[in-house]
Amino acid sequence: MQREPPVLSIRGLRKSFGATEVLRGIDLDVRPRELVFVIGPSGSGKSTLLRCCNRLEEPSDGSILFDGTDIRAPGTDINAVRRRIGMVFQSFNLYPHMTALGNVTLALRQVLKKPRREADEIAAAALARVGLADKQGAYPGELSGGQQQRVAIARALALEPKAVLFDEPTSALDPELVGSVLQVMRDLREAGMTMVVVSHEMGFARAAADRVVFMDQGEIVEEGPPAAIFGAPQHARTRAFVDQIVRH
Amino acid sequence: MPGFVETFFNLEIMRAALPYLLQGLGTTLLLVLLVVPLGIAGGLAVALLYRSPRRRVRWPLILYVDFFRAFPPLVLLIFLYAGLPFAGIEIGAFTAVAIGFFLNNSAYYGEVLRAGIESVPRGQWEAARSTGLSAPRAMLWVVLPQAVRNVLPDLVGNTLEVVKLTSLASVVALPELLFAARQAQSLTYNPSPIVLAAIIYLVLLWPFVRLLSRLEHRMLVSR
Amino acid sequence: MNAWDRFAATFLDTDVMARYLPDIAAGFATTVWLALLVVLAGLALGLALALLRSLRFRPLSALIVLHVDLFRALPPLVVIVLLYFAMPNAGWSPSGFVATWLALTLVLSAFAEEIFWGGILSVPKGQWEAARSTGLGFLATLTWVVLPQAIRVTIPPLTNRTIAITKGTALGSVVAVSEILASAQTAVSFSFNPSPLTLGAAAYVVLFFPVVLFGRWVETRFAWKR
Ligand SMILES: Nc1ncnc2c1ncn2[C@@H]1O[C@H](COP(=O)(O)OP(=O)(O)OP(=O)(O)O)[C@@H](O)[C@H]1O
Ligand SMILES: [Mg+2]
Repeated sequence: MQREPPVLSIRGLRKSFGATEVLRGIDLDVRPRELVFVIGPSGSGKSTLLRCCNRLEEPSDGSILFDGTDIRAPGTDINAVRRRIGMVFQSFNLYPHMTALGNVTLALRQVLKKPRREADEIAAAALARVGLADKQGAYPGELSGGQQQRVAIARALALEPKAVLFDEPTSALDPELVGSVLQVMRDLREAGMTMVVVSHEMGFARAAADRVVFMDQGEIVEEGPPAAIFGAPQHARTRAFVDQIVRH
Repeated sequence: MPGFVETFFNLEIMRAALPYLLQGLGTTLLLVLLVVPLGIAGGLAVALLYRSPRRRVRWPLILYVDFFRAFPPLVLLIFLYAGLPFAGIEIGAFTAVAIGFFLNNSAYYGEVLRAGIESVPRGQWEAARSTGLSAPRAMLWVVLPQAVRNVLPDLVGNTLEVVKLTSLASVVALPELLFAARQAQSLTYNPSPIVLAAIIYLVLLWPFVRLLSRLEHRMLVSR
Repeated sequence: MNAWDRFAATFLDTDVMARYLPDIAAGFATTVWLALLVVLAGLALGLALALLRSLRFRPLSALIVLHVDLFRALPPLVVIVLLYFAMPNAGWSPSGFVATWLALTLVLSAFAEEIFWGGILSVPKGQWEAARSTGLGFLATLTWVVLPQAIRVTIPPLTNRTIAITKGTALGSVVAVSEILASAQTAVSFSFNPSPLTLGAAAYVVLFFPVVLFGRWVETRFAWKR
């Protein structure tokens, strides 16, 4: 099999907030159709890493290549990059004043300049894909947490991104609603989507991840297949963390 | 044409006018000390009466509040000061201001305090009554403190408006700060006294504007 | 003659009222015109300042805060008097109408800016991030995502504040604007009867009472539970 170039290629990424350095030289490649699962203690910099990838946070140093584009280069149209990197947030961040359909069509119409009919059709298909074909007219306030998160995923998918970043997509959900969101993510993986997932759902990681990355204090300590990281971690820090969550 | 500083910030004229303006400021502060407590008392009466379950009590109160929200206080003041004498009732500038402001401010404070009392969950009242507190005590010790805290920005904001409103008294020749400044201006043919009055208002009220901004901001963030 | 008859004869003299009705009507038109200009310019300027502040460019924000603080601290009448009685010394003599309009516009813009800005701040950061992450630009995010949400929390306080400041058109009477109050006062001094004042008061109620009721309706309509 010919090796394709990575979708996302991060080199020497550093990020400081004032005097505190939160990311201390991250190197990471994400290949097409790969699901990379990121774990690590609270405050280790997982969210910051994801947010640097579409420049919601401005990196302090290092390079990030997305689909061949240097996203930090001066001439780069960051909005064009962002619409090709989907992002799913812990707190959904749906627009409360718009229906599910409106949430999905906004960027289609404003960024891709699609006519209303076409935007509606694409959005309807995206909502169907996450199992919410019948909720097009519902406002976020009328949906359960799990449904809201699936609308948020549809919002990202409708733009046909090259990769989707998930930042703890199920952490704000009641336990009985987690399954529906994980199912959508599993379907996405089957369909060959490139994904980076920060999450504490270890069961999902074992079943679906190609690679698990363990972060601590702004560095990648260890990475490897799920079986290796969870079964036989090499580093003491990884072992301590894995012990803690597995016993949990 | 004389220079800008000489015209608007003429120190000599300001110095000469200062004692007169400070006297005006004294009257302004006296007015504030009179109309703020009166307005709060009136507003509290409005807010408490509004708790009545009877619509016959609540309707006139809404009408009263909305009337004064629609009615310019200056018109009220002129009516009391220049209209009533035609009916043989001479009340003088000070009384006219006191009555006019009482009516106007009671409506505004009433609206604020009513919203505050309504923002306190019913359970608070019931819990207080269930421990044997009488109705007035439950109101005073349990409901009102929370009500005031919940609408503190509006209370401070309203009080700021009331203080600024006292400048209207100059129109009925009550010698408060603005009136004193205009007198001094017409005597000296120089606007510096008015500029000085504006500066005094700023020095007096700016800290409250800052405080208000902080309070409003905190309400937004804490939500 | 009982007390009510005497009161009515003094304050509700229909002959006097009829005679000065045209004057008061002219004053009414002036007040409406002045009020409309204040509302339009004041709200537009306030919104523009809030949008500029959302750029979060430090020096600009500081200037805006200065403007807001200044006109929240100064009594409107003081601003009017400054413009009308002091500006001529600087070579600019605004008419009473212009002085009143400008003063009230500046005051309303200050309060409106603060309310709009509060509305923008009340929209959670995640809304900005979600929109930006789908490729929406700053302006598109502001227009389609942030402002529609900000407006909802903005409308009730904005309506109240706009009414309170627009009532200040009556202050124009102090600087020779022949709006309702001034027309009524002139009529009183000609007729030696306070009935024109009653008529003027009624005119204010006719003008502003519906606006207050509209404000109440808006307040219940936009009361928003999240
Ligand atoms: N905007 C910011 N300003 C200052 N410090 C920040 C900011 N955002 C994050 N940090 C700090 O950076 C560090 C890493 O934060 P980050 O959110 O990336 O951690 P995380 O691994 O996602 O943690 P969690 O599992 O709790 O979400 C933390 O110490 C946090 O306090
Ligand atoms: Mg995080």
